[in-house]
Amino acid sequence: MIYFEKFTLSNGLRVIVHEDPSTPLAVVNVLYDVGSKDENPEKTGFAHLFEHLMFGGSINIPNYDEPLQLAGGENNAFTTNDFTNYYCQLPAENLETAFWLESDRMVSLAFSEKSLDVQRKVVSEEFKEHYINKPYGDVWFKMRELAYTTHPYRWQTIGKELSHIENAKIGDVRNFFFKHYRPGSAILSVAGNVKIAHVRELAEKWFGDIVPGEMYIRNLPVEPVQLAARKMEVKAKVPLDALYKCWHIYPRTDSRYYCADLITDILSGGGSSRLYQSLVKEKQLFNSIDCSHLGSNDAGLLTIEGKLVKGISLEDADKAVEQELILMQDSLIAENELQKVKNKTESMIAFEDMSVMNRANSLAIYELLGDADLMNSELEKYNNVSVKDIQAEARVIFDEKNSNTLYYHSEN
Amino acid sequence: MNRTVAPQIKDAVELDLKLKPYHKFNLDNGVEVYAVEAGTEEVLQLEWVFRAGNWYEDSNMIAASTNSLLKNGTHKRTAFSINEHFEYFGSYLNRQCSNETATVTLHCLSRHLPDLLPVVQEIFTESIFSEEELQLFKRTGKQRLEVNLKKCDFVANRFIDEYLYGTDHPYGRYSSAEAYDALTSEQLKEFYRQYYLNGRCVLFIAGKLPADISTLLNRHFGTLPLNQHPIPEKQHIIHPFNEKKSRVTNDAEGVQGAIRVAAFFPDRRHPDFAKAQVLNNLFGGYFGSRLMSNIREEKGYTYGIHSYLQNHIQQSAWVISTEAGRDVCEATLKEIYIEMLDLREELVDEEELMLVRNHMMGTILAELDGPFHIMAKWKTIILNGLGEDYFYNFLHTIKTVSDEELLELSNKYLIPENFYELVVI
Repeated sequence: MIYFEKFTLSNGLRVIVHEDPSTPLAVVNVLYDVGSKDENPEKTGFAHLFEHLMFGGSINIPNYDEPLQLAGGENNAFTTNDFTNYYCQLPAENLETAFWLESDRMVSLAFSEKSLDVQRKVVSEEFKEHYINKPYGDVWFKMRELAYTTHPYRWQTIGKELSHIENAKIGDVRNFFFKHYRPGSAILSVAGNVKIAHVRELAEKWFGDIVPGEMYIRNLPVEPVQLAARKMEVKAKVPLDALYKCWHIYPRTDSRYYCADLITDILSGGGSSRLYQSLVKEKQLFNSIDCSHLGSNDAGLLTIEGKLVKGISLEDADKAVEQELILMQDSLIAENELQKVKNKTESMIAFEDMSVMNRANSLAIYELLGDADLMNSELEKYNNVSVKDIQAEARVIFDEKNSNTLYYHSEN
Repeated sequence: MNRTVAPQIKDAVELDLKLKPYHKFNLDNGVEVYAVEAGTEEVLQLEWVFRAGNWYEDSNMIAASTNSLLKNGTHKRTAFSINEHFEYFGSYLNRQCSNETATVTLHCLSRHLPDLLPVVQEIFTESIFSEEELQLFKRTGKQRLEVNLKKCDFVANRFIDEYLYGTDHPYGRYSSAEAYDALTSEQLKEFYRQYYLNGRCVLFIAGKLPADISTLLNRHFGTLPLNQHPIPEKQHIIHPFNEKKSRVTNDAEGVQGAIRVAAFFPDRRHPDFAKAQVLNNLFGGYFGSRLMSNIREEKGYTYGIHSYLQNHIQQSAWVISTEAGRDVCEATLKEIYIEMLDLREELVDEEELMLVRNHMMGTILAELDGPFHIMAKWKTIILNGLGEDYFYNFLHTIKTVSDEELLELSNKYLIPENFYELVVI
């Protein structure tokens, strides 16, 4: 059970405080309700590029990192399709330094041309390092475009193409900031060796007078229900053939999400999971195979990806995967097998909650989903899933019409 | 309110950092157990560290393969049923093989420990290394290697170690399809018999511990024939390359180059080591470092650049590592040497040095948070034979090392002619 207090400032900023006197640290986490799904399709990758620019100096503080490091702190940030999250961790005595820094960049950035110029290059190198210069690095660009025809999950957080990042202008940066980085779009989560009353005082002092600005109303195009199976084949200079498949699943707040999440654990993730045991160990069709889901807030994708043993055809490997999925639809899984993945979930949550940083981060993410207290009912929701639910959802999700398949052929 | 003025801070160098002491006991067979009881969640981490790293193998990949296949079948259980057992209890049993040591790590909810230990015991006494499991391991390993060899960073990491140590030395050796092919299950069984079954082992346990932890551990591991024999002394000669500069084209169409620049540095016990850690932080050890500020934040040549001292027990090296745009690789190298030169010629100013001291202290504070972090610190101290006061001496060095000492150290170690230089595209 994670205890916390929640309040909202008059400018709309939501504040969550979690006291943990057992640690000497404090964590300040600021989540902005903007992700790559809010981007213009012609200017993708911008939310993430913007995350870099948030470290390029704010209106009153020329350098973000140095004062924090001087206070013994460390920080980082990440961008997803749904939101952008900034966090810093520092000795609890120096908590106010984080408030000073985070509030100033919510007041306004400095909008430095130099910072934009450098970060365009840095992000281009990030793009190259992870998506161009790696075997199979382009696969999720293709898979997302296959699975989503309409919803902005069509593109990845890094962006559709390098040119979108290279063409970003300072005017775009300014507009994006005042559209998305207002207090009403933000959640401030403070955790560690802190006192609720003190955090309330600091929040009012540093964030209280930031102008609310205009509230952004999200209105994203809705992905139509997929009515027929989709297939694609590509060839690339990679050593092994690879199979990628995905199916549409549910939004994060849908009760069936928990079932879909457990299905991925039944299929993969451990040495006793179904796909590994059957397709890697027994039939020896794959060198590796993984099942997961995108973990997105809007309706996401459940995915299976595997690299084939040389000499096995993609058609045969695909058929074998399908057989495993049919097995899950035709017969109930054993109670024990379901209990296994529930137990795994329980211990995963316990290990995640060890870190005060993770707790601060999770509280903000659950608040974004509607209520920070959702964090405390997660395990119960997983435990409520029955073997019949698993079968029923497997039938819905793995319906042929809902499937997207990519054959990634080795040219070698 | 004046937002340009920073709030008062407590300098992190004034923090009174304490490394929570461990509790130590011995099992009946003499195996040492180091325990740290701490944390808020009902979880624990238990590590068995064997002297079974590749330092002790007679041919390539034996140590890593034995370690990897430990849990792939015993006389009583298949690989599947072993995995199923640990996974049923929501636990993770991981293996890792390093140069001197090989480790098995269990993470679990504390209440499940009694159900899990008997199977760990079985793995340490009855593993069979079947031909079938070995064949599968070889095939998947070789095919995964083929994919990794397409990556410039993976290739660069192998070559730079080879240049420093030579492939006859455990620190410079790496996997290959030929080495996979040559593995036999007889070799693995023999290595297992000598270095696990009759090997030398130390236990580290941290988290919320059951009250009867020493009885539990003794029941399962106190009667095993561990620590009864001295391990063979193995000497390995370092054969560094003569040629210092190399350029490798791994992928003619690559858009980035993996840059590695490395030179020898003594091991952790050397009196310069702690001071060098401070210098390393300044040079390329954190986000505000010279290399990062210049090459990423000023020039935009890379997504990240880091320097570090290798973590080997016997011999270390100072390494600078980055992936940079293909057309700016040479410019990046030039800047790395400019930063070295600057450290050799100019005293670091007090403001920057204070920043580095504070940042290091803050980082250590964070590294002491939680039982697993505390144990990681002790593990380094114990396995490297560094002595109980190492931690506090290190803090003292961070607080007191002077600008002149750092200049002297730069002139001793940051000499471009001593560095191997590699770019893999």
